[in-house]
Amino acid sequence: MSTDLGLPSIGGLDLVPHTDAKQTAKDYTSDQEVRWCPGCGDYAVLAAVRQFLPTLGIKRENTVFVSGIGCSSRFPYYLNTYGMHSIHGRAPTIATGLAVSRPDLSVWVVTGDGDALSIGGNHLIHALRRNVNLKILLFNNRIYGLTKGQYSPTSEVGKVTKSTPMGSVDHPFNPVSLALGAEASFVGRALDSDRKSLTEVLGAAAAHRGSALVEIFQDCPIFNDGSFDLLRKPETKDQRLIAVRDGEPIVFGPADDQYAVVQKGFRLEVVKAASVDPSEIVIHDAANHELAFALSRLSDQNLDHTVTGIFRNVDRTTYDDGARAQVQQAKDRNPDVDLQALLNGRDTWTIAG
Amino acid sequence: MTTNDVAVTSEPEVVTKDRVVIRFAGDSGDGMQLTGDRFTSETAAFGNDLSTLPNYPAEIRAPAGTLPGVSSFQLHFANYDILTPGDRPDVLVAMNPAALKANIGDLPHGGVLIVNTDEFTKRNLTKVGYDANPLEDDSLADFQVHPVAMATLTRGALEETGLSKKDAERAKNMFALGLLSWMYHRPHEGTERFLREKFARKPEIAEANVLAFRAGHAYGETTEAFAVTYEVAPAKLAPGTYRQITGNTAMSYGIVAAGRTTGLPVFLGSYPITPASDILHELSKHKAFGVTTFQAEDEIAGVGSAIGASFGGALGVTTTSGPGISLKSEAIGLAVSLELPLLVIDVQRGGPSTGLPTKTEQADLLQAMFGRNGEAPLPIIAPQSPGDCFHAALEAAAVAVRYRTPVIVLSDGALANGSEPWNVPDVSALEPVDPQFATAPNAPDGSGEFWPYLRDSETLARPWAVPGTPGLEHRVGGLEKADGRGSISYDPDNHDRMIRLRQAKIDGITVPDIEVDDPSGEAELLVIGWGSTFGPIVAGARRVRGKGHKIATAHVRNLNPMPANLGEVLRRYKTVLAPEMNLGQLALLLRGRYLVDVKSYTKVSGLPFKAEELQDVFLDYLSGDHPDTNTTNGATHGAVTGAQA
Repeated sequence: MSTDLGLPSIGGLDLVPHTDAKQTAKDYTSDQEVRWCPGCGDYAVLAAVRQFLPTLGIKRENTVFVSGIGCSSRFPYYLNTYGMHSIHGRAPTIATGLAVSRPDLSVWVVTGDGDALSIGGNHLIHALRRNVNLKILLFNNRIYGLTKGQYSPTSEVGKVTKSTPMGSVDHPFNPVSLALGAEASFVGRALDSDRKSLTEVLGAAAAHRGSALVEIFQDCPIFNDGSFDLLRKPETKDQRLIAVRDGEPIVFGPADDQYAVVQKGFRLEVVKAASVDPSEIVIHDAANHELAFALSRLSDQNLDHTVTGIFRNVDRTTYDDGARAQVQQAKDRNPDVDLQALLNGRDTWTIAG
Repeated sequence: MTTNDVAVTSEPEVVTKDRVVIRFAGDSGDGMQLTGDRFTSETAAFGNDLSTLPNYPAEIRAPAGTLPGVSSFQLHFANYDILTPGDRPDVLVAMNPAALKANIGDLPHGGVLIVNTDEFTKRNLTKVGYDANPLEDDSLADFQVHPVAMATLTRGALEETGLSKKDAERAKNMFALGLLSWMYHRPHEGTERFLREKFARKPEIAEANVLAFRAGHAYGETTEAFAVTYEVAPAKLAPGTYRQITGNTAMSYGIVAAGRTTGLPVFLGSYPITPASDILHELSKHKAFGVTTFQAEDEIAGVGSAIGASFGGALGVTTTSGPGISLKSEAIGLAVSLELPLLVIDVQRGGPSTGLPTKTEQADLLQAMFGRNGEAPLPIIAPQSPGDCFHAALEAAAVAVRYRTPVIVLSDGALANGSEPWNVPDVSALEPVDPQFATAPNAPDGSGEFWPYLRDSETLARPWAVPGTPGLEHRVGGLEKADGRGSISYDPDNHDRMIRLRQAKIDGITVPDIEVDDPSGEAELLVIGWGSTFGPIVAGARRVRGKGHKIATAHVRNLNPMPANLGEVLRRYKTVLAPEMNLGQLALLLRGRYLVDVKSYTKVSGLPFKAEELQDVFLDYLSGDHPDTNTTNGATHGAVTGAQA
């Protein structure tokens, strides 16, 4: 049972002041020197975001980036917006307080696999469950970079790192499955180097009203180099990358050797497109929670089949809209609210001077 | 005794008293807190000064009839201004054998004991280790015992209502309240109105409670069992409009009022924790005042969301108790580094760890002072009475906004749940605080840039530029910032300078001078306290003065920074004594800061000091009998003495 708060369905940026002024990537670039390692995937994401933000048509001063701790969390320093580089794992809490108290802001969280899924796991799931109007960019490089190379909650079992010389015995999270399990209303995934798809997912996330989680696969060239090469190299990527789009059949691969996703029992399976009747091919439906989850289970740490695009995108009343509506409702009901009357309460007595 | 005799003696003697202490004790399911609350309200409405001490188990329903399940409520009321909930009850109401056993030790010889006999069954007696019924042997001979079959009488009074036996008996606490109301000439309209409102949705239950209340009253009037009733005249308090208030309510109102004085929307991020949850509950009722409450997923999210709201230009507030402060430490350190306004309310309880959730203690002082990594100074304010929580919250908000800093308010369980008459402040007289948001670039080099860490020359506060302000886009964070510009800086000299600037900002906060109460001006012993020990310290000192001795008292409300004249005050006295409900935390600070040989009297029992106990300690010091008066290094002494007092 859900409570219908009677709130109109609006877009993620509808309450943010817009501008017709032409904005460029340069406007969104701060004067700070970028200090990531050469070859770091963060550069590609930063470039994409700097290109993407001006296209939103909102005022730059109404954009806020909040981050936690880790390599990716330096992100806000490099954008000429309002920003906060906070503490490890807690960015969603800060962004929540900000988004609830300021409907006129576009609030973004930048986090990594350690920040979001390890120390900040609790805040991530609760932000998603509440559906606060904030966008979470989860940079997943499957390693702790800033602390110089320990395994992370998304590292593969058996991974040899500084803290696991005999291989990690830790089972990893699947961030998309986790987000869907946490009732996220928007979940997307993109590869750092695929500017076009990344921008498309970011655009849909920005337009979505509610919490959006975008997992971005990204390399750490120092401590986990080439971790997503299978999805990048022309000779392997076609058989592995499944870009889904709402309302379209899920097929992938070169035109002469296409694969398709079909349903088998409660699961999805990849088959040669030519081997099945076209009617059996699953049509992607971003409103279907179960389908989204099944799609997230197609990809494993071995990257056999990796879905990108928008897994889920549904309308659900956001926490911040609900909370503000209650405050407004209380104000409307009590237009003559009187602090003195509150302090006096119902039973007072007077002592004369 | 004939009926004629009854007629002749039916008007009981009325004895006038200056003050009375009543303790209601029963099972935690017996409604003792409600009973105490109602008696308190009637007493407040009557115009007595009063002070209360609720005492209940951490378990919601401990096993019925057992000693750990005993819940009590003590009320002290008088015809003059009193300062404590009273040491020992003059009247004990015991609703069952467990309540009797747990509380009888506190009843002085000759004290009045009213017992609900219906619960004194063999089974209930055995449960708490009574071999024989104490009502039937002479073990209670020292007291004026009034055995009353409260459940039976309540059931009888409710016979007509058709309520089940069980439901009818549940109203027996109101019977007890009615009886006591008769005994002490309390007004009863307020209670009847209260019951009808509380049970508005269950009118039959409301009626049953009113009937039980009246039956208790009538029982006192018509039986000859009670030969005496008591009158306590209204107190002569300072002129003003008064109400009864608890510390948690006063704190909540202070936060609402701070939204008004600062003109900022209030955002509370909080996670439920005893004994602070009532502030979350209270504030969640006041959305119409522009208060947003957010029940977070944990303590860290509570403070994190408040910091986020402050970054956005709201008055961020988080409320908690000791374990929550531990969890919030890192985020509070972030707020110190961000230099954003933030209100942190710590309603202290017994520690360490989970400790004693429902009992009081003041052992978080050093945690508030130092409990963060690095040099992370922040202001600390401690209210001294339930009503003072209002003013402490307001003052903390003003300091937070003016100086762009987190402020910790140290309340405690005794203040939070205790109540007193409160001289309601005049809202129009509350001092406004201008948040002075930054609106324009401020770079001194004329570059047109915004420097988020360029400080006000007087307060050393940095500008507060909120998102949405064009041209002031900037980034803040927990990394060290360059003085002025605010960009990341690893420069050693800059770090040293920023550490000192943050400290200087807090040290430079204006706080009022400490006032010393030394009527003769000739005292050699100064007793210094902080927080909720104000009441018992002043009450103890009054008693000592009443015996002809000279003693001075002073109370530290601003614990960081401390009043500028404090060192001079401490040095004026031959002996300085700090009673604390911890092992000497204020004493450590005072000794370290002022090089004064402050003595400690400490007790950490989960209960407030008693006036008599402190009186005895003060007398020991005055007579030179106290071992510490003859030593030069007396640090923490007291637990043993305390137990003897």
